[in-house]
This record gives sequence, structure tokens and C-alpha cells, in this order.
Amino acid sequence: MELLNALVAFTNFVGVPAIAYGSQLAIGALGVTLVYSVLRFSNFAHGDTMAFGTMVTILFTWWFQSAGVSFGPLPTALLALPLGIAVTMLLVLITDRTVYRFYREQKAKPVVFVMVSLGVMFMMNGLVRFIIGPGDQRFSDGERFIIKARAFKQMTGLDEGLAIKTSQGITVVTAIVVVALLFWFLNKTRTGKSMRAYSDNEDLALLSGINPERVVMYTWLIVATLATIAGVLYGLDKSFKPFTYFQLLLPIFASAIVGGLGSPIGAIAGGFIIAFSEVTITYAWKKVATYVLPESMAPDGLVQLLSTDYKFAVSFAILIIVLLFKPTGIFKGKSV
Amino acid sequence: MSDTVKHSLLFAFVGLLILMEGATNFAGIFSGSWNSALVILNMGLISAIMALGVNLQWGFAGLFNVGIMGFTALGGLAVVLVSTDPTPGAFAAGGMGILMALVMGALTVVGAVAIYKFMKPGIARTLVLLAVLIAGFFIYRAIFDPSVEAVEAINPALEGNLGGLGLPVLLAWPAGGLLAAGAAWLIGKTALGLRSDYLAIATLGIAEIIISVLKNEDWLSRGVKNVVGLPRPVPYEVDLQNDPSFVERAASFGLDPVEGSTIFVKLGYSILFTLVLLALLWMAQMALRSPWGRMMRAIRDNEVAAEAMGKDVTRRHLQIFVLGSAICGIAGAMMTTLDSQLTPGTYNPLRFTFLIWVMVIVGGSGNNFGAVLGGMLIWFFWIKVEPMGIELIELLTSFLADDNWLKGHLIENASHMRLFTMGLILLLVLRFSPRGLIPEK
Repeated sequence: MELLNALVAFTNFVGVPAIAYGSQLAIGALGVTLVYSVLRFSNFAHGDTMAFGTMVTILFTWWFQSAGVSFGPLPTALLALPLGIAVTMLLVLITDRTVYRFYREQKAKPVVFVMVSLGVMFMMNGLVRFIIGPGDQRFSDGERFIIKARAFKQMTGLDEGLAIKTSQGITVVTAIVVVALLFWFLNKTRTGKSMRAYSDNEDLALLSGINPERVVMYTWLIVATLATIAGVLYGLDKSFKPFTYFQLLLPIFASAIVGGLGSPIGAIAGGFIIAFSEVTITYAWKKVATYVLPESMAPDGLVQLLSTDYKFAVSFAILIIVLLFKPTGIFKGKSV
Repeated sequence: MSDTVKHSLLFAFVGLLILMEGATNFAGIFSGSWNSALVILNMGLISAIMALGVNLQWGFAGLFNVGIMGFTALGGLAVVLVSTDPTPGAFAAGGMGILMALVMGALTVVGAVAIYKFMKPGIARTLVLLAVLIAGFFIYRAIFDPSVEAVEAINPALEGNLGGLGLPVLLAWPAGGLLAAGAAWLIGKTALGLRSDYLAIATLGIAEIIISVLKNEDWLSRGVKNVVGLPRPVPYEVDLQNDPSFVERAASFGLDPVEGSTIFVKLGYSILFTLVLLALLWMAQMALRSPWGRMMRAIRDNEVAAEAMGKDVTRRHLQIFVLGSAICGIAGAMMTTLDSQLTPGTYNPLRFTFLIWVMVIVGGSGNNFGAVLGGMLIWFFWIKVEPMGIELIELLTSFLADDNWLKGHLIENASHMRLFTMGLILLLVLRFSPRGLIPEK
């Protein structure tokens, strides 16, 4: 019984949040990795692309809510999501046409691309703050919980409750669907195959008649989709604030690099590694420890390895360890 | 028009902008206050120094550092550690313990590195390594936590930190440079030599971590409770106003004591900052022209060829990365001295890292004078885009009624246009004039 309680407490405070956060990071890191493997640069504007997509989705959500449209127990934001994705796709394509294409034709060095993406980041950040303001926005509605802590206690008779938020459930389901679709697209469709070919060897791909502009366009469309989905899921789970999305860049980059930049499977694995380490290291283990250990050994303090404010330090430390010992990441990425 | 004339004219233009800020209040953009002109000038000088540091890394060596905020904040920390008075009793209560804990932590890391180097790879090494790290961590926490609690318990409303050494505040500026150089060495050691984006991501991370340390380690610099009233290298306004000979001198310039004293103090800072800027600019120019500077640019332009000539590319990169970060640290210390307070909550990467990049690119990467010009010019616009944006929006929405929600929303959010404008400037310069206003020779 004690062990079971410990397990439930662990799942409630570490397992479920980390799986949800990990899925959000994984979808974000997939976007970074795709840009990296096809366009060959680290996109610093990714966090702000997420913010933009989420903002558009929020605006449509508010419009739906005011028109009385709802999605039953699910958040209205899911209805607005396709519209958000469409607008983000448009923005990203415009950015590519007006900004990035010029440097592609020049065959500019990757670091120039990174610099350009900084400019894009600034503009998107300014745009988002200009339209929706810098403050916190909550936009989740519908049923808040799939399982409530009290209902779980009554159901099982345990002392510890297990709560699963609707947003967490949606996150995991969406992540599975998105990843399955993406892998199907990359491995089975003609366009997906040409994307992979282009990413593996640009010259050979060009030689076999693949149209590079088409590959780049599809990449941006997918990246816009992934960024918006990741952003909306994160916003539903926590809340939307432009600056937080900018700060998500670090764990997302860390996930992509830890998994191996350019490797989609690596991005997913990296997302979960970063999320689980962040949550376990900053979680106060007192509750779990009191259940597992005999009474005489029960801890006095919180048994928290690091305070929650250091969660960036955790992703950073993992990043550094991977850079030191395996710079190509766990699943051999590119190291150009 | 020769290049020298053109570049002098650009500097004269920045000077003119600052003079106009003081002299006129044309079109609602300039404020017509000499105090405000000097405020812009002082931060412009500091920005120019930061841009000089970044130019050293990017312009000379092609290193992409996006952790400027962290090095600036370390400079600020140095001011607290050097110039404030030690908190009575803090060192006896827990200072020793904290120092010991930090030494223990360092020993653990050194031990782990030694084990990794000297033991044969295998399961045994992994286990020993893990054991050392875990044991080290718990010993560190066991010594660290009670000491920190003891220090933070001392007069928490005003102090609760270790305090500093009580030395003159000017000494904090080189100290800030040293602190930043130390952090840069650590980060450069790990991330240099890998692909160029990795340095960018690593520096982005270290900056966030430095800020979170400053925010959370109350024993060090009181965290988000801020340290205020730091010592100043210039006299206080109140003292000047009570000094009859100063009041008389101010009156002879036609100034009342309050305005005279505030301007006098700000001018004092301007002179100090200009001296530092000139000294650093001179050094950067000498470095650029020396064989060392030529070697750096050779490495930047073709690493493989430079390596073939027997240059140790990674070590040279580390060297210049440390030097550039140290300059950012000095600038950070100067900024904290100017504000006479350390407020970790106000450090924002958009303002302290990416804006400096805009300065370097717009000014002209690879040219020290370009960096200085970019620093002053972009700082002026960063301050003035806000009133300009509000003017513009009021003009554009003048056909709307005053209580129109759209108009209200636009005017309310107009101040966020500055990020948008900075991004636009950066993209335009990168596209149409990638060498900047004063290009590299």
C-alpha cells in the first residue's frame, strides 16, 4: 500500500507533468531539427514562431467563444488550431520569400542565417507583443480534468490522489498523432522522401531533379504546423506569455541537440530526456520518500535537489554533458 | 568624399542627435532636457563598450556569442562584491561554510574529471564517477544549506547577504571584467571547437543560468530583493546643493542648484565612461593592427588554411572569446555603477544581448569605430523609437474617434514597436549593407 501510494504520488507530480511537457518539447524540437536538416541553420525564431501561432489561435478562440461556438468538454482552442496553423504558415512563407531566400541564393554561411533568424525573432516578438500585449493570457476552457484527485482517491481507496488535466491528455494524444503523421509523411510520401534526400545530400538531390524551392516550402509548412501545435499545447497546459515562449528556446534547442540535431527520432527522445530531468531534479521528493522509507529514516527537508528556478540550469547541464562527450547527440545527428 | 570625412560626419550626426535632445523639443521626439540628453549619452557610451567587446568576438574572430546579458550581469555582481561594505557577522555566521562548500563542489568536479581521464573506460569508471559526483553533491549541500540559512537570517530586510569588500567602486570595473572572463573561459573551454551554432546555444544557456543564480542566491547579492544605494565614484547631488561654492558656480552658468547638480553628476559619469571607452578603443585598434589581429582575421576567413600555417585555432578562439567577454563584464559593472543598484529582475536577453548585436551589425562588424558608432546610434533610436511610434500611430489613427477601441489598443501597445523596428533595421542592414555603416577596411 505504501509503495502504491508512493507510485501514485510520483506519477501525479513527476510522471504526468513530465510526459506532457516532454511531448510539447518534442514537437518543438522536431521543428528546430527539420529547419536544421533541410535549411541547415539553427532557427532562433522558433520560439517566437510558436508564440505567433499560439497568439493567432487564441484570437480565433476568443472569436469562437464570443460567437458561442464550443467544442463540448474539449477546449475551443482545438477548433481554432487549424486556422492558427494556416495563418502561421502564411507568415512563415512570407518570411522565407522576403528574408531567407535571398541568403539561400547567395549560399551564405550558416552563421549568417542564424543572425538573420535573430532579426526575424525580433520582428515576430515585437508583432506578438504589439497585437496581444506582453501579459499572461489563459485561453483553456471546457472540462479541466480527465481524472480528479478526489475521484481517484474514492475509486482506489488510496491516500494519494492522481489528477490528469484535460490539457495533458490532449497533449499526449496530439503528440502521438502528429509524430505518426510526420513519420508517415517523411518515409512514405514522395515529397517526404525528397525532403530526406535533400537533407542527406543536397547535390545528389538536385541532380536527381528534386526542386529545392519545393522542398524548402514544404519544410516551412510543416515547421509552422509543428510550432503552432507545440505552442498551443504548451499554452493550454500552462498559460500563454510571449516572453515564456522566447525562453522555451533553450530547452527546445537542448532537446534537439541531445537527441542529435537533424534526427527526428532524436528530437523526440531529447524532448523527453530534458523534460524528465527538469521535473525530477526540481521536484521535492519528501512525499514519495516518506512513503518508501521506514519511519525512522523519513527526511526532514524537502529533498529537492535544485530549486524550481534552476530548471534552465538542468537542460543546460545536460546540453553541456552531451556536447562534451557526444557532440553529435544520442541518435547520430549531423555535425557540420 | 573620402571615407574619413564620411565616417566623421556619421559620428557628428550622432553628436547632433544628442545635442538636439538637449536643446529642442522638436516634433515631440526630442525632450529638450539636458538631463535626458546626458542619460542617453551615458548609456550610449556603455553600449558602445559592449559593442566593442562583441565586435572583438564577432568582427575579429567570427565567434557568435549570444550570452552578452550574462557577462553584463556578472559585471554588475562584481560591483556588489567589491564596493559594498561587508555585512557585520555574516562571514563568521556562514561565509566560511559557503566558501568551504564551494571549494568542495569544485573539488568534486576536479575529482570527477581526474577519474574520467585516468581510469580505463568501462563499468567500473562509470560507477566510481557516479559515486564521486553523488557523494560530492550531498556533502556540498550539507555544508552549503545551513551556512546560507545563517547568512540570510542576518537582518533580512536590509542585508541578508555576505556583502562586499568595501573597496572603491572604480576597482569593481576591472573586477567585473575578470569575473566575466572566468565564466567565458569555462564556457569557451566546452563549446569552442564544436560547430558554430553550438557556441551560440551554449552562451544563450549560460546567460540564463547566470541570471537565475543572481535572482535566487540571496546570500550573494540579495536576489530579487535587489541591492540599492551602491557607492558612487562621483559626488551626490544633495551634497553639491548644500555646497555654497557649487551653488554660486551653477548660478554663474544660469542654472538653479538642482538642475546644475544633476547635470554635474551625469557629466562626471560621461567623462569617466568616455575615458574607459577611449582606452578600450585604443587597445582594440592596436590589437587589430598588430600581427595578432591579422592572425585572428586570417583564422576567421579561412580556418583550415590558418591551421595549416600552424595556428592553434581553438586556443586563439578561446583567447579572444575571453577578452571580448571581459569587456562586456567591464561595461556591465559600469552600468550597475551608473544605476547605483543591482536589479537581477530587469535583465532581459532582448535588451542586453540581441540589441548589442544589432549595434555591432549596423555599425559595421570588424571595425572598432563602427561598433562604437552603432552602439551610440542604436541606443539613441532604442530610446526614441517609442515616442516616434506613438507619434506615428496617433497620426495614422487621427481619423478615428478618441474612444475607438482600436485606437486605444494601438496607442497602448505602440511601445512594443521598438522590438519590431530593431528587427527590421537588423534585417535591412544585413540584406542591403551587410558590411555596416563603417565597413571593415
